[in-house]
Amino acid sequence: MIRSRNLLIGGTLCLIVVTAALLSFVWTPYDISQMDIPNKLQKPSAAHWFGTDHFGRDIFSMIMIGARTSLAVAIVAVGIGMGLGVPLGLWAAANKGGWVDEIIMRGNDLIFAFPSLVIAILITAIMGASALNAIIAIGIFNIPVFARLTRSGALSLWEREFILAARVAGKSKPRISAEHILPNVANLLIVQGTIQFSLGILAEAGLSYVGLGAQPPTPSWGRMLADAQTMVSFAPHLALVPGLAIVTAVLGLNLLGDGLRDLLDPKIRVART
Amino acid sequence: MLRYALKRALSLLISLAIASLVIFLVIEVAPGDPASYMLGINAQPETVAALRAELGLDVPKMQRYLAWVGGMARGDFGTSYTYRTPVGQMIADRMWVSLPLALYALALSTLIAFPAGIYAAARRGKPGDIAVMGATQLGVAVPNFWFAMMLVLIFAINLRWFSAGGFPGWDIGFFLALKSLTLPAIALALPQSAILARVMRSSLLDILSEDFMRTARAKGLSRRQALWRHGLRNALIPVLTIIGLQFSFLLAGGIIIEQVFFLPGLGRLIFQSISARDLIVVESVVMLLVFSVILVNFLVDLAYAAVDPRLRSRT
Repeated sequence: MIRSRNLLIGGTLCLIVVTAALLSFVWTPYDISQMDIPNKLQKPSAAHWFGTDHFGRDIFSMIMIGARTSLAVAIVAVGIGMGLGVPLGLWAAANKGGWVDEIIMRGNDLIFAFPSLVIAILITAIMGASALNAIIAIGIFNIPVFARLTRSGALSLWEREFILAARVAGKSKPRISAEHILPNVANLLIVQGTIQFSLGILAEAGLSYVGLGAQPPTPSWGRMLADAQTMVSFAPHLALVPGLAIVTAVLGLNLLGDGLRDLLDPKIRVART
Repeated sequence: MLRYALKRALSLLISLAIASLVIFLVIEVAPGDPASYMLGINAQPETVAALRAELGLDVPKMQRYLAWVGGMARGDFGTSYTYRTPVGQMIADRMWVSLPLALYALALSTLIAFPAGIYAAARRGKPGDIAVMGATQLGVAVPNFWFAMMLVLIFAINLRWFSAGGFPGWDIGFFLALKSLTLPAIALALPQSAILARVMRSSLLDILSEDFMRTARAKGLSRRQALWRHGLRNALIPVLTIIGLQFSFLLAGGIIIEQVFFLPGLGRLIFQSISARDLIVVESVVMLLVFSVILVNFLVDLAYAAVDPRLRSRT
């Protein structure tokens, strides 16, 4: 019961955010590149569902396009983490105890020990504030997460009989990793992927808030919050709406991750019944 | 235990060496030469050359790296280019804001998380548990800087209970100074307390299914008595580890919250130095934060091994 509830609520919230982001490519209620100063700082109304900002731009439209920025940064950051982390983890598990394994795992320990936010700020500050550099800074810290998870999942699989059978059949380690190990750790990766995705959205919002993420005029939720800060006393909706958008996306992904884990992990299902 | 400690100390040193190298290299790849980067595009060539000499940029990279690391080991963090004051002094001044803020937030986070986690574990599956778990889901999803803005809106702008930002300094009295750190500390603590409450709950639930808990119940203790006398003590070990890790997170995570509240801490120092292109300050503050995080992780590992001897043999 709880399982389906998490999945349902999380899935619905994610669907709303993804739909808003995709829809923004073809349609937004207003054109946000046009300023409309006479209508600035309007409260939410029938014409402007979430009100307008200090340039008179429609906040609903900006939230839709901001969803695009958030999702794009988080998707690519998770992609970097999976794209590099999963092969590293597979390699480490296939050559357990070897020097490759040792180097990969020690390297991972190191990245884990780093305060990711501080390093992300350093990277974006030096390389220049942009959405691309924010992606790189967030993505780097996803690599060890996926490497470690893949390795631990793969290690137990290497002991199993079907892998032994594949080895006896003469398959090479890389081929076994790709054909037999990877499909069996995919569930773990999907669940972790949703969690890293939500962390990526939070990180992007934080970096944009301090001015190191997506640059104007690209709307981003973090940037909108930064702009709202000086106006929060007389136009609280400027701060309220982007914040709720972030909460919706992150909460949706976390619930979806929980729901998927319960659905995909047979061990938990057995323990529950 | 001594062997374990030495082994961990060695890996601590290696981590620090690599961390310093990474930070140094990131600064090195700054577009163009650090001196011209710091002075901006309109700088005269002679000024750039003078700064290059002052920063010691004319010596080989390796030598420069060793000088930087050696200086830090002696407590000499160099001199800020913009403020013309020793970086070590600037950091020490800002530390008086950032460190108390992190400690305050840690205390709040623990104070919120412990009762919440214990309450939820004791009422597993009941409405109380579901409500607490729902609240923690929300707590984890809220960005702390946005929560900070909402706190300002409610408690500073509308209710006028607290000031909206700034730090008057410790000279005005302990409690007044502490009051100005209260909203920032709550903002920092909330998401952390949500994580901690979840850990506390699951750790307690693991313990509750142990044999010794059944024995305690069989002896005639009520569920609550067994929980308080035997469960809690055993459940605390993983919780304490998380608290240790959270401290370093709070110290590093404070840098964005300091921006929201205009607190003169390390975070503001980093951002001011970034906009002033004062790379010496940036690299030293970042290194210091990385150092404290790695050091706290090391101490947590040692404390953990002291409590649980099984861990010593596992490395």
